[in-house]
Amino acid sequence: MPVFLKLVFRNRLAGAGAIIIAALVLTCLLVPVLPLADPDQTDTAHRFIRPFSEGRLLGTDHLGRDLLSRLLWGTRLSLAVGAVAALLAATFGTLIGVTAGYFGGRVDAVLMRGVDMLMAFPYILLALAIVAALGPGLLNALIAVAAVNVPFFARNIRGISAGLAAREFIDAARLAGEGHLRIILTELLPNVLPTIIVAVSTTIGWMVLETAGLSFLGLGSQPPQADLGSMLGEARPALITAPHTLVVPGLAIFVIVMSINLLGDGLRDALDPRLRSGALARPSPVTLIERAEVPAARAAPGFLDLDALDTRFRVGRRLYKAVNGVSLSIARGECLGLIGESGSGKSVTALSIMGLVASPPGVITGGAVRLEGEDVLALPYAALRSLRGRRVAYVFQDPLSTLHPLYRVGDQLTEAMRVHDRITDQEARARAIELLDTVQIPNPAERLSAYPHELSGGMRQRVGIAMALANDPDLIIADEPTTALDVTVQAQILALLDQLRRDRGLSILFITHDFGVVGQLCDRVAVMYAGRIVEEGPTAAVLAAPAHPYTRRLIDCVPELGGGKRALTAIPGLPPAVDSLPEGCAFAARCDRARDVCRTGTLDLAQTGGRAVRCLFPETTATEDRA
Amino acid sequence: MARYILFRLVSAIPVILGITVIVFLIMSLIPGDPAQAILGAYATPENVARINRDLGLDKPMVERYFIWLGNMLTGDFGRSFSLNRPVLDEILERFSATLVLASVSLLVCSLIGVAAGVVSAARQYGWADKTITFAVLIGISIPSFFLGMLMILLFAVKLRWLPVSGMFEIYGGRGPGDLLRHLVLPSVALAVVATGVVARLSRGAMLEVLRQDYIRTARAKGVGEGRVLWGHALRAAMVAILPILGLQAGFVLSGAVYIEVVFQWPGVGRMLVDAILKRDILLVQGAVTFVAGCYVLFNIVVDVAQAMIDPRIKA
Ligand code: SF4
Repeated sequence: MPVFLKLVFRNRLAGAGAIIIAALVLTCLLVPVLPLADPDQTDTAHRFIRPFSEGRLLGTDHLGRDLLSRLLWGTRLSLAVGAVAALLAATFGTLIGVTAGYFGGRVDAVLMRGVDMLMAFPYILLALAIVAALGPGLLNALIAVAAVNVPFFARNIRGISAGLAAREFIDAARLAGEGHLRIILTELLPNVLPTIIVAVSTTIGWMVLETAGLSFLGLGSQPPQADLGSMLGEARPALITAPHTLVVPGLAIFVIVMSINLLGDGLRDALDPRLRSGALARPSPVTLIERAEVPAARAAPGFLDLDALDTRFRVGRRLYKAVNGVSLSIARGECLGLIGESGSGKSVTALSIMGLVASPPGVITGGAVRLEGEDVLALPYAALRSLRGRRVAYVFQDPLSTLHPLYRVGDQLTEAMRVHDRITDQEARARAIELLDTVQIPNPAERLSAYPHELSGGMRQRVGIAMALANDPDLIIADEPTTALDVTVQAQILALLDQLRRDRGLSILFITHDFGVVGQLCDRVAVMYAGRIVEEGPTAAVLAAPAHPYTRRLIDCVPELGGGKRALTAIPGLPPAVDSLPEGCAFAARCDRARDVCRTGTLDLAQTGGRAVRCLFPETTATEDRA
Repeated sequence: MARYILFRLVSAIPVILGITVIVFLIMSLIPGDPAQAILGAYATPENVARINRDLGLDKPMVERYFIWLGNMLTGDFGRSFSLNRPVLDEILERFSATLVLASVSLLVCSLIGVAAGVVSAARQYGWADKTITFAVLIGISIPSFFLGMLMILLFAVKLRWLPVSGMFEIYGGRGPGDLLRHLVLPSVALAVVATGVVARLSRGAMLEVLRQDYIRTARAKGVGEGRVLWGHALRAAMVAILPILGLQAGFVLSGAVYIEVVFQWPGVGRMLVDAILKRDILLVQGAVTFVAGCYVLFNIVVDVAQAMIDPRIKA
């Protein structure tokens, strides 16, 4: 509990809310012993005295009654009524919710049907109907407000109870032959209680508001007894002549409700793990770039060069080095494979190129991405945006989640052209059909009006590729484009990409975890482990004679090159957490060739001709001629 | 789509029946002799006899329910004793006034609320987000009847920009311009809370959507940020926002009761309060059933709109 309170108070507004409420409750408890005037003592000679007059701190109302006294007594009554209504609603709601959730089946169906019916009313109608039947009065208003809120509690608590009722400890209790009532009271209720407490504390404000509303309408507390609502109601006729009689109780309700809302929001935030982990952060249009220095351009720039690229994830105070000094180069018309396990940083590398890493939490902290020698990361947003899709296009892994679910494929395709090109509807449509034809989708004209969920996985990925081709880019970055597909479709998509590359002179950066795929498509391959390149070289040479132990393991994972089921289970152990990279070789913990020296110092990527390896005791001396 | 609409309409029948049962049960809570309660001050012996005959009040409960239901199905909601006219006529007249007020408010809260939510999400933790979040907190904490009176004080009494109350000027009014002038204050006062709720939930829905892969795809295509937010993201977020708007309709209808009282708006809410104070039970019973039924129908409209923006929902 103290941890929990700490969380609440860390949210300053919630803390303020808690303090105001505590102060209010305390004052209300003390009201009977405070030296206050009689709240119901009328004094018609002194009506509508303004606030801050002598002896009348808040002035008097239309009957000359002391407003301060009435305010405090009224607040006391309103808070009490609100709290009782919340407790009543919670009690009955819990009763219904727990019963429905615990027993399930028909009991659940019947009870929840009833709850649904109640929720089909605009809530106040129900409250008014109840007050109409029982007659106006504070007690009846309280009953009405409580009754109207029962369904909200019932539904909420049913959900949790149903979840709990399916858990083992409840089953265990049932098997042990305990009675239903006993199980509910001793096993279920204690687990539901925290939710109930939070729900009650956050709805008291609502209840105060509702009962005040009914009193305001004259349906709640009856004179001379006053709660805040009826004070407002009585002030209404004198609205223009004596506005203070209105403002005093109005502000009081506002302060009560607001402080309860503040506290409620604070509680909710404190309990929401997603908020703390930053999982609800909004990714900005471009990855945050905070480069201390930019490495010098290469003497002989390739088509796309990555120079010592550093991309990190900032989560709270921790820093994860997702991409750690990665340098790569792709020539025109070349296909480079970037391979590694999930979490190796290969996808982050790919997304960094066009500033598409989600930030927060991503930050590019160093290095450069150069497209024909020009530093992409230094470009203003507009210039970077015009490169995206036009010169460098992406194909992502799972086209079901990467295509917009609510837009027709045709519209998504033509949009890709329109953001870079001013073209007419007909032109766009014609080009879209042509593109779908290029990626071998049958009946392309008809498919334009399909939604992604209406296509098969393979067709969707073809659409993804067509979209990437829409502006005739120079480079396609394909991030595991075939992983979500079955093997035959995978082969077709690979063949398609290969053909497009040859036809159009495309460069491709192909991200994968599968050496079999690399073997079919890529000229060169770079292997990534824990954010670093550990081996690089021509595909054939690397496949024939892997130098890094990790590369060899990856190749061993492929049962039979180019076919069969591939599972990445053969490498024992897990990659290290990238926030705490060990000294020396990051692979040491899983390496069967590791010796003590591997765990000290830093390892460089040793170049020999066209190959490079980051290992002290490579499997073979890396040479190209074994290819 | 036609099939879907039909399906939703048919599935609304049990809900509406359920509503009538609930209203009937609540009304049977009335202590004492129902005829006496309904007639109140008008309980002359012949009136008692007549109402017992018309409503079957001396019959058992189940039978009474079906008589009531049958009467309503033929458009007979009974007669209001305090107003001395058919309940249905009065409800229809009053409900149209409420409908004007509530729909303008709903429109205001949808447009401003959603826009504020989008901006807030787009500038998460920036000053715009903080300002909106704070405004939302105030908006959802202030009682609408208090706010309404403050607005009257400021804009109608002090500044004299807008009329104090009513739906039309008593003399010479009735034009659409006149209606509009009278609508501004009450519809805004009514919309404030709902706007806050919509803004808050829209922000959440947008943040959820902005993390999705297809937003990254749009950016990777080179789509500009404005289009990403107001097109791709909002379109997807609407799937979550629309039901919220549907719920707000209920809250706006509820809040209308207070606002109608504050602004002397001749709507069904004010009529209900008067009817309760005068113990005009038949009027209350009829109005509650009628409005709740309309609300159910409105939610069908929302569901259909939902199916229209989301092709994955199929009839
Ligand atoms: S450096 Fe040592 S631990 Fe690392 S891969 Fe090479 S042999 Fe294994």
